[in-house]
Amino acid sequence: MSALLEVSGVSVSFDGFRAINNLSFSIGPAELRAVIGPNGAGKTTFMDIVTGKTRPDEGSVTWGERSISLLKLSEAAIARVGVGRKFQRPTVFEDQTVAENLVLALKSKRGPVAALLYALSAQGRDRVLELAQEVGLADHLPRKAGELSHGQKQWLEIAMLLAQEPRLLLVDEPAAGMTLAEREHTTAMLVEMARTRAVVVVEHDMDFVRRLNCKVTVLHEGSVLAEGTLDHVTRDPAVIEVYLGRG
Amino acid sequence: MPVSSVPKYPGGPGAAPPAASALARRGFLARNPSVLWFLGLLAALCLTITALSPALDLDMVSTSFIKTLGKTLCLCLAALAMDVVWGYAGILSLGHMAFFALGGYMIGQWLMYARTEEIVLAALASDPIPPTAAEIAQGVASQIFGVVGSSEMPLIWTFADSLPLQLALVVLVPGTLALVFGWLAFRSRVTGVYLSILTQAMTLALSLFLFQNDSGLRGNNGLSGLQNLPGLSATGQDAVSLAFFLVSAAALGLTYLLLAWAISGKFGSVLRAIRDDEARVRFLGYPVEGYKLFVFTGTAILCGLAGALYYPQAGIINPAELAPIASIYLAVWVAIGGRGRLYGAVIGAAVVSLLSSWFTGGRAPSLPLGFASLDWVDWWLVLLGLCFVAVTLFAPKGIGGLFDRWQGRRSPDRKGAPLGPDDGALQEREASE
Repeated sequence: MSALLEVSGVSVSFDGFRAINNLSFSIGPAELRAVIGPNGAGKTTFMDIVTGKTRPDEGSVTWGERSISLLKLSEAAIARVGVGRKFQRPTVFEDQTVAENLVLALKSKRGPVAALLYALSAQGRDRVLELAQEVGLADHLPRKAGELSHGQKQWLEIAMLLAQEPRLLLVDEPAAGMTLAEREHTTAMLVEMARTRAVVVVEHDMDFVRRLNCKVTVLHEGSVLAEGTLDHVTRDPAVIEVYLGRG
Repeated sequence: MPVSSVPKYPGGPGAAPPAASALARRGFLARNPSVLWFLGLLAALCLTITALSPALDLDMVSTSFIKTLGKTLCLCLAALAMDVVWGYAGILSLGHMAFFALGGYMIGQWLMYARTEEIVLAALASDPIPPTAAEIAQGVASQIFGVVGSSEMPLIWTFADSLPLQLALVVLVPGTLALVFGWLAFRSRVTGVYLSILTQAMTLALSLFLFQNDSGLRGNNGLSGLQNLPGLSATGQDAVSLAFFLVSAAALGLTYLLLAWAISGKFGSVLRAIRDDEARVRFLGYPVEGYKLFVFTGTAILCGLAGALYYPQAGIINPAELAPIASIYLAVWVAIGGRGRLYGAVIGAAVVSLLSSWFTGGRAPSLPLGFASLDWVDWWLVLLGLCFVAVTLFAPKGIGGLFDRWQGRRSPDRKGAPLGPDDGALQEREASE
């Protein structure tokens, strides 16, 4: 199985501080992966590099069957080739309705002229309804997103990500601020999504990671410390020392 | 994508029928109730003024009043453009009046050239030998540029003898300037107050350049006599000003329709999203810089067209029209009228500019204060400044906010108790809409 995303030998420093140090990482086209690590391990910087927000000092990031370099693309272009990102804090457009938020995210041509001439097709409408139902927001379509509760905003953002139809999904702490039942639903959704696409979940909560039941990558000081099943990495003495041993 | 096998959201409505109404396709007018009102009021204004104008027999409004109204409509048009670029896309451009003035200069070149050519031809008609083309051109050049001590036609007047070409320049010159300026600024991700300062610098630099005698546009004299239309010297100013008023009204109405259409769909949704969270829009795959450039350039062209209609009614244009303060006024009008809604911009521009010309026209009675008298010509700017501060502090929705109150729609009180745990969550009163 060839990799969908291949990050190799990437380093980046901020004012002399090496946030990412010779990091290599790869994920297949239909795979679920959890990335864990203590604070400052470089999890967020890693996502910033993949999504084009931060340019690495060295190393390469290649994408897809034709191995395009993501380093040359803008954030918007990276999103268009199929990388979706879910932020830790729910970021939805509060001033617009739930329906408008979903239509914005719906896969379509992204240029200004295309947006001017855009008309929501019957197919698109069905898709928005389906997604809204999926995350329990079908009754809230005409409401402004700002009125939703914290948990509902998280769901809306997840639905927006699905609408974008990304091939790789980067999810930052999806379970933050969710109830137990909501966590279970999130887990099921992430596992389901990973059947057809690559999903990278950055998470602090070991309980949640255990529930995902997938390969785990442990980051420490900007590089990969260990990789394997959760049981495997939790037995690794190096991991125990830097991360688990602290608690 | 198969997501249906996942269990439904716990506690969610499950199989409850979805509220599809939010997605139902409604007509353009249903989505934009203000369009009909606006066009209706504009048409009523046109009919009233035409009926009462001196061009017809009733003669109840003066020609100068019609000119003032016509100019006001052009300012409203510029305010519409400003509202889209600032109120919707969140780009506080403080240089859009530069594009307005450039449009005026472009049409002014033709008006002045063609009119001067008529005069020169009339003067040379008495000569026994018919004048050559070179003699005519020489005559026109020395007539126009004698005031700046030159008798040569500068290169930028190459197309001045052709109305279609100058009309094309009305669109091309502001458009190209905005495109180049915007490309440089947006590509470097200059935003917020830094962008505002850059636009001020642009309009100031342009104004200083035009003040020079060798700028080719007659320095601080500017272009004058623009109210005299070439070939129409027999037609009185009463008819000309009425025609300009009606054309300005038509342009305003069409632009209103066009912009209402543009911002009511997905395009407007993207613009508002860029205004509120630019980075998030980028991660959705939208080329944010492309949208900004599109809107900046498009509104600059609209301003250019508005200027091309304004200055023939004003009669004169000079570099003072590009002073930084002019663009700040434009922002003040939109803020007072209520940004983020098209009719708000029109109301703001109309009310404030008409009040301004009343107060500064010397017709407003001075206020005797005993020890001194308050002269409005001097104090109007102070009053306007106070109004701007008051609107910003107490009525951020501007005059347009009154319509919300009238329709019973309550404004968000961001100082009230937040509904959600996040900053920026809508407030209790807003949610109960």
